[in-house]
Amino acid sequence: MKIITANRLHDGIVVFLSADGWETDINQSAILNAPDAVDAGLATAANAIRNSEIIDVNAIDVSLDENDSPVPVKLRERIRAFGPTVQYGEAARQTLAA
Amino acid sequence: MYRYDEFDKEFVSARVDQFRDQVERRMAGDLSEDEFKPLRLMNGVYLQLHAYMLRVAIPYGTLNSRQMRMLGHIARKYDRGYGHFTTRQNIQFNWPKLLDIPDILDDLATVEMHAIQTSGNCIRNVTTDHFAGVAEDEIADPRVYAEILRQWSTLHPEFIFLPRKFKIAITGAAHDRAAIQVHDIGLQLVRNEDGEIGFSVYVGGGQGRTPMIAKQVREFLPEQDLIAYTEAILRVYNLYGRRDNKYKARIKILVHETGIDVLREDIEAEFKRIRDGVLHLPKADIEAIDSYFAPPQYADLPDHTAMLDEARRADTGFDRWITNNVEAHKIQGHSIVTISLKPAGGPPGDATDRQLEIMADLGEKFSHDELRISHEQNVILPHVETRNLKEIYDILVVEGLAPANAGLITDIIACPGLDYCALANARSIPVAQDLSEHFAKAEREQDIGELKIKISGCINACGHHHVGHIGILGVDRKGEEFYQITLGGSADENTAIGNIIGPGFASEDVVGAVDKIVDTYLDHRETRDESFLATYNRIGQQPFKDALYG
Ligand code: SF4
Repeated sequence: MKIITANRLHDGIVVFLSADGWETDINQSAILNAPDAVDAGLATAANAIRNSEIIDVNAIDVSLDENDSPVPVKLRERIRAFGPTVQYGEAARQTLAA
Repeated sequence: MYRYDEFDKEFVSARVDQFRDQVERRMAGDLSEDEFKPLRLMNGVYLQLHAYMLRVAIPYGTLNSRQMRMLGHIARKYDRGYGHFTTRQNIQFNWPKLLDIPDILDDLATVEMHAIQTSGNCIRNVTTDHFAGVAEDEIADPRVYAEILRQWSTLHPEFIFLPRKFKIAITGAAHDRAAIQVHDIGLQLVRNEDGEIGFSVYVGGGQGRTPMIAKQVREFLPEQDLIAYTEAILRVYNLYGRRDNKYKARIKILVHETGIDVLREDIEAEFKRIRDGVLHLPKADIEAIDSYFAPPQYADLPDHTAMLDEARRADTGFDRWITNNVEAHKIQGHSIVTISLKPAGGPPGDATDRQLEIMADLGEKFSHDELRISHEQNVILPHVETRNLKEIYDILVVEGLAPANAGLITDIIACPGLDYCALANARSIPVAQDLSEHFAKAEREQDIGELKIKISGCINACGHHHVGHIGILGVDRKGEEFYQITLGGSADENTAIGNIIGPGFASEDVVGAVDKIVDTYLDHRETRDESFLATYNRIGQQPFKDALYG
C-alpha cells in the first residue's frame, strides 16, 4: 500500500497526491494498492515536476490506522507527514516557561 | 567591527539580483531542478524534510545588534518565529518559502549579511574562538586573520569547485575553544622566539564518517604568509584530492593516504613558488584589517567582583549563573557573558524572534553593540561591565534565556537530526531534551561539573559527537532509531576522538545509559575537581563498560 509524496516547489511544504491534485494533509492522499496505480501516480507526479509544481517525489509505504487514515511505515516519512516531533518557536518557549 | 567595503556591497547585492532572477526562471520552468539546485545551494538554500532551509553566514560568529535584530525580523516575517544556531557559528531558518528567499537575502544585505559559502564544495565560513578579542589567554585576535581569509576565499575562482567542502578554524589562544584540530585547516596563533606573530598550521582534521585529528604541517608560519600558505595547501588538495568518491574526497583522506611528510613537501614547494608574489600580505594590510577589530572604548572601572557578592548571596540562581556563564575579561571591571540557549527540555540552539531581538537589545545596551555565536550553539555578550551583570541576568530570566549551565552536562550540542534534516537517520533534539531535563537539578549538575554531551543524527557529525566527552550518534537499525555512545572525545588543545563504548541503545534507554556513565564517573573520580574527561582518561573504558553491560 503506497501513497505519493513530494515537496511543493514554491515553498517546499510536504504534499501528497490526492484524487484532485496535491494536498498538504496526508488524509487526502490517494491510497495506491496496485503497482499500476503507483506507476500512474508517479506519471502524474512527473508531469507536476515538469510543470514546476513539485520536487523530490517518492512513493512511500503506508499502513492504515483504526480510522483508516494512512500512516507512513517509516519514521522519516511519518515526521515529514506530521511535522517535527518537537515543539519549536514560541510554543516551545511557553512550554518551558510553564 | 569589520564593515563591508564597496566590493562586498556590490557583489552581495549583485548576487541577490542574480538569485531573484534564478528563482523566477525556476518557477517559470526555464530552469530544471537539476540546473537550479547547485544555484540555490550556492546561496545557502537546502531542501529539508518539511520545507526549504536557509543557512545564513555569521562570519567568525561575530555580529552587531542591527544584524541580530534582522535575524529576529526574518524569523518573524518569513519563518515560524525562530532560528537555529549551528555548530558552524551560523544560523538556520527552517521554514522559508523559496519565493520569499530573494527578499530575505535583500533584507540581510541591508545589514551586510548573506548566505554565500554556507554550502557547496567551497571554502566555508571561517570559524574561531567565540571569546576572540576579549579572552585573557589570547596572543592576538584571530578574527583579523579570519577576515583576511574570508576576503581571500570569497569567490576565489580556483576554489569554488573543490573536491569537497573545506573548513578552516583559527584560535588565538593556547586553550583551543575553536576545535581547530578537527578542521581541514586549523590555525593556532603563536609567537616565535623573536616575539613575532605567526601560526602553527594543522591540516587534515575532520569529523564525519572518518574522524581524524589534524596533523601539524608547519610549526611556524609568519603572518604575512598566511594567504600564500593556505593557497598552497588548497592547490595541493585541489590537485590530488579524490573526486571519484564523495566519502574519500576531504583533505583528511589525502593526508591519511599520502602521508603528511610527502604532502608537506608538495605544499612547501608550492608555497616557495608563490610566497613572494601577490599573496604576500603587507604589514599595512594586516594593520588595516586589525583596526576594524580594535577593542571598543572600555570605561575605566574598578574590579566590581566583590560588589556582586551580596547579590549572589541573595539570589542563588544569579550565583549559579555567575559561576557558570560569566568569564573573566581581559579588561578590569568587565566580563564575558554566555547566554545559554539550552534550557532544560528545550531544543538546543534555538531562539525565538523575540529572544533574538532581546539579545540584540542587550548587545546594544550592554556589550558595545557586539554579540558572538559560539560553536556550542550559545550567544555571547563579549564586552559587559561587571556592574551590569545583575540587570542583564534579570532580563534574561524573564525571557527564558538564563539557564545557568554553560559548559555543564545540560549545555548539550545537538544537530537538527531527523526532526528536520533530510540526511538524518535518527532524531537528536528529543534525546537532548530528555537528557537536559533529567540532569537539570542544580546541585547534581554542578556536582558533575564540566561534561560535554554532543549529539548527531547521522554520521555526518554536525553535532560533533566524535569529540563529545560523551558522544551520541543516531543510527537506523532495521527502521528503529538506535544510539551509539562514545566516550573520551575532546575538541580542545588535547583533541581526541571518542571511543565507542559498546552496543548501542534504543531511544528510551539513552538517558539511563548516560546516567550510569555519569554515576560511574562520580564513583571513580579522585577529587571533586577531577573532570569527567580526566577520570575517563585515568581509568579507561572498563568501569564504564561494566556499568553499562556488566
Ligand atoms: S549530523 Fe546528519 S542528521 Fe545531523 S544535521 Fe548533520 S546531516 Fe543532518
